[in-house]
Amino acid sequence: MEDISLVTVVFMLPLVGFVLMLIFARNDDAYRWGALVTSLVTFGVSLLLVRHFDTSIAGLQMVQKADWITADGFTIRYYVGIDGISVWLVLLTTFIMPLAILISFRAIQERVPLYYMFMLIMEWAMLGVFVAQDLFLFYVFWEITLVPMYFLIGIWGAEQRIYAAVKFFLYTMAGSLLMLLAILWLGNQAGTFSVPDILAMLKSGELSFSTGTERLLFLAFAIAFAIKVPMWPLHSWLPDAHVQAPTAGSVILAGVLLKMGTYGFVRFNLPLFPEATKTFAPYFAALAVIGIIYGAWVSYGQKDMKKLVAYSSISHLGFVMLGIFSLNPAGIQGGILQMVNHGISTGGLFMIVGVLYERRHTKLMKAFGGIWKAMPLYSGVALVIVLSSMGLPGLNGFVGEFTILLGSAGSHAISWWFTAFAAVGVILAAVYMLYMFNTVFMGALDKEENKNLPDLRWHEIYALIPVLVMVFVIGVQASYFFNLMDGSVAQLVEHVNGVMSAAMR
Amino acid sequence: MFTVPSLSDLNLAATLPATLLALGASVLLVLDLFVPKGRKALTAWLALAVLGVSLIVALLSLGDVVDLGTGEGAFFGLYIADSFTDAVSVIVLVTAMLGVAVAYNYLERTGMQRGEYYVLLLFSALGAMLMGAAGDLVTVFVALELLSIPLYILSGFRWRDEGSEESALKYFILGAFASGFLVYGIALIYGATGTTAFGGIWAATRDLLAADAATKYVLLLGAGMVLAGLGFKVAAVPFHMWTPDVYQGAPTSVVAYMSVAAKVGGFAALVRVLAWGLPDFVLSGQSAAAWQSTVWLIAALTMILGNVVAVAQNNLKRLLAYSSIAHAGYILIAVAAMGTAGVANEAARAVVIYLMAYAFTNVGAFAVIVAVERDDGGHTDIDNVRGLAKEQPVLAASMAVFMLSLAGVPLTAGFVGKWFVFKAGLAADLVPVTVIGVLTSAISAYYYLRVIWFMYFEEGEGKAQIAWPLAWGISVAAIGTLILGFFPYLLSDMARGIALAFGG
Repeated sequence: MEDISLVTVVFMLPLVGFVLMLIFARNDDAYRWGALVTSLVTFGVSLLLVRHFDTSIAGLQMVQKADWITADGFTIRYYVGIDGISVWLVLLTTFIMPLAILISFRAIQERVPLYYMFMLIMEWAMLGVFVAQDLFLFYVFWEITLVPMYFLIGIWGAEQRIYAAVKFFLYTMAGSLLMLLAILWLGNQAGTFSVPDILAMLKSGELSFSTGTERLLFLAFAIAFAIKVPMWPLHSWLPDAHVQAPTAGSVILAGVLLKMGTYGFVRFNLPLFPEATKTFAPYFAALAVIGIIYGAWVSYGQKDMKKLVAYSSISHLGFVMLGIFSLNPAGIQGGILQMVNHGISTGGLFMIVGVLYERRHTKLMKAFGGIWKAMPLYSGVALVIVLSSMGLPGLNGFVGEFTILLGSAGSHAISWWFTAFAAVGVILAAVYMLYMFNTVFMGALDKEENKNLPDLRWHEIYALIPVLVMVFVIGVQASYFFNLMDGSVAQLVEHVNGVMSAAMR
Repeated sequence: MFTVPSLSDLNLAATLPATLLALGASVLLVLDLFVPKGRKALTAWLALAVLGVSLIVALLSLGDVVDLGTGEGAFFGLYIADSFTDAVSVIVLVTAMLGVAVAYNYLERTGMQRGEYYVLLLFSALGAMLMGAAGDLVTVFVALELLSIPLYILSGFRWRDEGSEESALKYFILGAFASGFLVYGIALIYGATGTTAFGGIWAATRDLLAADAATKYVLLLGAGMVLAGLGFKVAAVPFHMWTPDVYQGAPTSVVAYMSVAAKVGGFAALVRVLAWGLPDFVLSGQSAAAWQSTVWLIAALTMILGNVVAVAQNNLKRLLAYSSIAHAGYILIAVAAMGTAGVANEAARAVVIYLMAYAFTNVGAFAVIVAVERDDGGHTDIDNVRGLAKEQPVLAASMAVFMLSLAGVPLTAGFVGKWFVFKAGLAADLVPVTVIGVLTSAISAYYYLRVIWFMYFEEGEGKAQIAWPLAWGISVAAIGTLILGFFPYLLSDMARGIALAFGG
């Protein structure tokens, strides 16, 4: 067997931590710290991925392969690796998890061991989704992420938690089962489930689909991903899940889980079905734009802070989808960066909401007002994150959205009208975000019960500082992030366009 | 002129796993008379030992470690000894061992501890094994009766209880009816082909189709009757009516064993009859075997009915009864896929893989109900597992694993089974029925998740009684479910050697 790749190490670390905790941890604090240390070590090691990342390679790197199942006619591999598309998402996962664990230290007091076990399984499964290069492996982790989230919402969630947990599980599972069929069909045709091999076969013409088949396959994958993103009109599970989940659950959902959907589009739909991609690009872009405006509009109408943030996710991920279906380097790179940005900003927003909820046990905006006077440090942090989420220049959100709009405006695949409407979304984002900030933090501190709220505690500060740092780092140093994506995205775009032109000839 | 065959002609060595079990069961039947009433643990241990020895031999033969003369027939073709036989034997024996482990405490605390239980269980296991080994319709019939009759008795084992009596009687009457169908089908097939041996039927089918004789419709009718008879055993719609009542009334430890063993036996025989005997029974103008469309239609109905009705169940035993109907539907997809030439081997392997996965999962799930159930047979509603996660974390975790496996969530055995079955379905171009399979799995997730949410998300007393043999049984089932999920190649390797003997 070849050397163990760094990707495998990062991917397996949460599982190692899980097993160690299972054996050695004996009290609640051991589980808390065990999970935190595991996730921190995973983050530390994952930084090495960036260090060792070779920007001159467009394809996969730090690859590891081993046969998992061999049967007559097909093989299924343990096949992991990263490229410029997945590297930042792996980093996002390892970055968000310690924060999510830290923010739970006080909030979760019941069934603590179970909670942190699920957190580590969650991290393991999400990393699996981003590093898997075999369709079987990918599907396994894609589905596995549902299980810990089901428990996180169902056990530690709010009043409607069971409804939300079941809806979340069934909605997502129903969508992915059609993808399972598409995967099986592809595997039957190709005799392999590894994506790079299938891509090579597509390029060499060894494997080809009729137009109708390709469109069906595209849709089977797309529905699974669109539910996860979620794209309008498949978003109805999201407000329920977000609002009912515990703070850390929402952070993970918004921070990483939704990105699995958008990542799926970039990783599978675009390269595997380039012709269908081009056909469907305007439709998906239209849905994306509807999502942008719808999400923003509905956000503005919310009374509950958490719901507001939840609907804003639909709007933000609309931008990501628009960027992806621009089918040019700027759009896709902006989309990938915006995935990371959204993970950081919205993860941060959910933590902000969580902090208040823990103190007052309500998320209604009208219960607050003038919080700045009671909790100045907290409010300052909240302001930066709010501004980042609405895309203030100099902060991370701006770079992502701007690049996406740049990409979609110059796209051959979709009309510039989409860009025009999407730009409205940027304005709306400012409206609902500032409306929330104004209602909650500004004005007079007139509610008696808000006057003595304690400011941030140490674990909250430690969970929020990294978010602030990243908001500024990505805001001013975005070129570094784009730099790592360049090669892979360029290759992807070339592949999509290449097959497109080959088909048109 | 009939000559008495010599013992060496019978090729007894090839049948070693089954023969050992038959001998062991017979000896145990007598030995048990000398085991005093309070010490039936000895009988249980001996039953486990017999099963264990047989399992080891079957595993060695399956892994090609020892060659028992596999590949050849025994008893003049009545018994086929190939990888399929070995694989089915392994599944049945594992199920039976788990069945013994699950039963012991339960029988003890409900006052049903009698040695016959274990002997009957051994005999029915033998019947299920022989169904997988059948090389002749006559063997299928004898094995079916050997499988069923002990199960009828076991269903009525709690004979003072009305539910158990009803269960046994219902099972017996409907079972006898189904056997009638099977025998009539065998007679018709014999009438059409002049033989009951699969090899002969296979050869005769070709001649029959080549001659384009009207007798092919007799054969079709015969195949349909056999399908009905075996469909009853595996609880396929529309022959499923008995399942919920029998499962609910019979002692839970019996159901744990029976729900898997009867299914394994039924499907093993179906695979033998359809893929070994009638694979080339292709009517003119069609590309797949004549029985394929019927089988996939039954599969579709079975999946829809089983899953939809299960959603409304509040009794765990009934819920799992409908779930077991649904699972018969999934397996039938692979059975239907065997009708397409070129996919037959893959599909037969998928059947075996699914059954192995199902064995661990389903016995385990019923074993958890055994633990939750009270001595009087009550306390098996879904309400009774409320709050189980707090009181019995390991038990609840095991049940969660079983439910996720039944729902087909990855990293459990159930997912691997579904993966192979659906793959075979698509390979045979049975797209509609496979899509139905996938959609109904989504429905099924609801009621399996419901069990989990009652255990984990709701508050309740969550009482259970677990003594060590039961705990061992549940642990083995749970660990087995996870191991097969993490290392699916164990399953695919187990089924690798399966190939059609005559056709293909």
